Amino acid sequence: MPARRLGRHLVAQWTRARAALTATGPAVAVAAAPVGPVVALRDLRFRWRPDEPEVLALDQLQVARGEHLFIAGPSGSGKSTLLGLLAGVNVPQQGSVQVLGQALEGLDGAARDRFRARHIGYIFQMFNLIPYLSILDNVLLPCRFSARRRARARARSGRLVAEAHRLLAHLDLAAPDLLSRPVTALSVGQQQRVAAARALIGAPELLIADEPTSALDSDRRQAFLRLLFDECRASGSALIFVSHDTSLAGLFDRSLALGAVNQAGSATAAGRPAPAA
Amino acid sequence: MPILRLALLSLWNRRFTALLTLLSIALSVALLLGVERVRTEARASFASTISGTDLIVGARSGPIQLLLYAVFRIGNPTNNISWQSYQEIAAQPQVAWTVPLSLGDSHRGFRVLGTSLDYFEHYRYARGRALTFARGQPFADLYDAVLGAEVARALGYRLDDAIVIAHGAGDVTFARHADQPFRVAGILARTGTPVDRAVHVSLAAIEAIHIGWEGGAPMPGRTVTPDQARRMDLTPTQITAALVGLKSRIATFAMQRWINAYREEALLAVLPGVALSELWSLVAVAEQALLIVSGFVVLVGLIGMLTALLIGLDERRRELAILRSVGARPWQVLALIIGEALLLTLLGLLTGVVLLYGLLAAGTVLVEGRFGLYLELRVLSAQEWRLLTAVLAAGLLVGFIPAWRAYRMSLADGLSLRV
Repeated sequence: MPARRLGRHLVAQWTRARAALTATGPAVAVAAAPVGPVVALRDLRFRWRPDEPEVLALDQLQVARGEHLFIAGPSGSGKSTLLGLLAGVNVPQQGSVQVLGQALEGLDGAARDRFRARHIGYIFQMFNLIPYLSILDNVLLPCRFSARRRARARARSGRLVAEAHRLLAHLDLAAPDLLSRPVTALSVGQQQRVAAARALIGAPELLIADEPTSALDSDRRQAFLRLLFDECRASGSALIFVSHDTSLAGLFDRSLALGAVNQAGSATAAGRPAPAA
Repeated sequence: MPILRLALLSLWNRRFTALLTLLSIALSVALLLGVERVRTEARASFASTISGTDLIVGARSGPIQLLLYAVFRIGNPTNNISWQSYQEIAAQPQVAWTVPLSLGDSHRGFRVLGTSLDYFEHYRYARGRALTFARGQPFADLYDAVLGAEVARALGYRLDDAIVIAHGAGDVTFARHADQPFRVAGILARTGTPVDRAVHVSLAAIEAIHIGWEGGAPMPGRTVTPDQARRMDLTPTQITAALVGLKSRIATFAMQRWINAYREEALLAVLPGVALSELWSLVAVAEQALLIVSGFVVLVGLIGMLTALLIGLDERRRELAILRSVGARPWQVLALIIGEALLLTLLGLLTGVVLLYGLLAAGTVLVEGRFGLYLELRVLSAQEWRLLTAVLAAGLLVGFIPAWRAYRMSLADGLSLRV
């Protein structure tokens, strides 16, 4: 029933907005522990609305420091929900999402936003770049929201711009005539690499990539992944890479089929529209 | 604070739409300020029509009517005052000076004012400015005329030109005092008051041209030639009104009472300032309406901005999600949109003010020539600042609508990209 679905969808949006607004808790100062997993999920249960079925039920998931984890899942298996929880945009009703030892559900919205700016790099499936910013400004965007990322980028290359150039060069985007182009003139592959540079600047401990290669052809896909791995290794970032393309799974340290571990089952009925891919 | 920079770059990215929005705000602001300025200047120019005169005296009617015909030369007096009463008022110990005014004739659409040389000495406008001669001098001969600046300009008269005065306000051939032509003896400098639109002659001249016209038209055989007139006693029997200056302003009310209670004749004395503000309150309704209309024009401009921002918002959901992903907080997304509205409004205000001054600089001469309204290039008044602040506040308020939507959207969408 499409009308019912739409109604549910709207209510779900409202509830999420409410949840994000009212989520409160002690704003604990985040001290990144030098050891321990980057991500530790426990007894996670998430639903968009109290009267709706669960979309995500994960008993346990850990990601070690520097680990490259592949999460495979068909559309509607709860991937986007999981990424939203990991990035601290949403909080679970039950269970715990710990990133770098910090329970995200214990932070209020602003603290989670701050936490994300400091410790998490995020790559979208496509259209990663802000059209009115230059390539360099797009890469430096996280440094404008986090002093820590700024400091770490400086520590690496001396100057912010130098670090951005270094990352771009490592991602095969060094040509000077390329950098002066507007971002809208870049190819999809180039855009995704700029997005990777943005996610990596300031060496965040966790990199989340939401199907970033789905718009690339298969040989470019591999090349992109190799560059991403190299950079993650160099900065010591853990990578959580979500895709429905299981042919990539072999390149990762570990892979996980979300459909299999997610006990929420019929997640597609939860009213969240399936991602465009 | 990266948000303001982002807002700026984002606006620059949509510079064509932004420019149109800015222009519509600028134009509406220029209109609002322009109306406000013309309004203030019109009021000031109105109030400065007559100054330094303590009382205006005429036949008993209404204060506004007396002011209209005596000062603005609009409409006609219901009655005249006798020369004798005028003499008696002039002889009062508190009275410093009097200026007689005699109206009724015209020259090609301009009123002819019979008066004395005291007029050029005592008439004051715009906070005490005296009349000055652009060319020539006051009338010396019986048939000398002094033209207001607008009369000379409109009719192209120069000194020593001959003019013929028509009887009454119309100008028809059979009712012209053609047998007694006048010579232009002087032309007054522009004042921006009704003085510019008057032809001034002596009271004696008014008497002279009306000899034989007692019935309203020339009686054959009773009219005189200029030479005959010069030999006659031309003391008037009545005048239309008089301006009275007192030795001390403290005596104003006493003198006014004395004149209003004058037994020999029904007279009326009014204080020019009081009558002017009474008259202005009649005009004020239209003037207020004009300001309200231009206020609505500003509102339309701001709604244009609202439309542009709201339309842009759906295209920008992706951008908002990206900002959220790098750690922008929902309130920063709100600030981004508000910032854009604020920037647009501010730039619109600035452009509007520049536009206004540009138009004023270009149009002052035209407006002064056409309407006798002098628009001074002065800095923004307190009232104009208040209007600008109100527009800015309205812009902020309008910007809050799309900003709130963006805030809600960024909370609901999170990191999911709706394309």
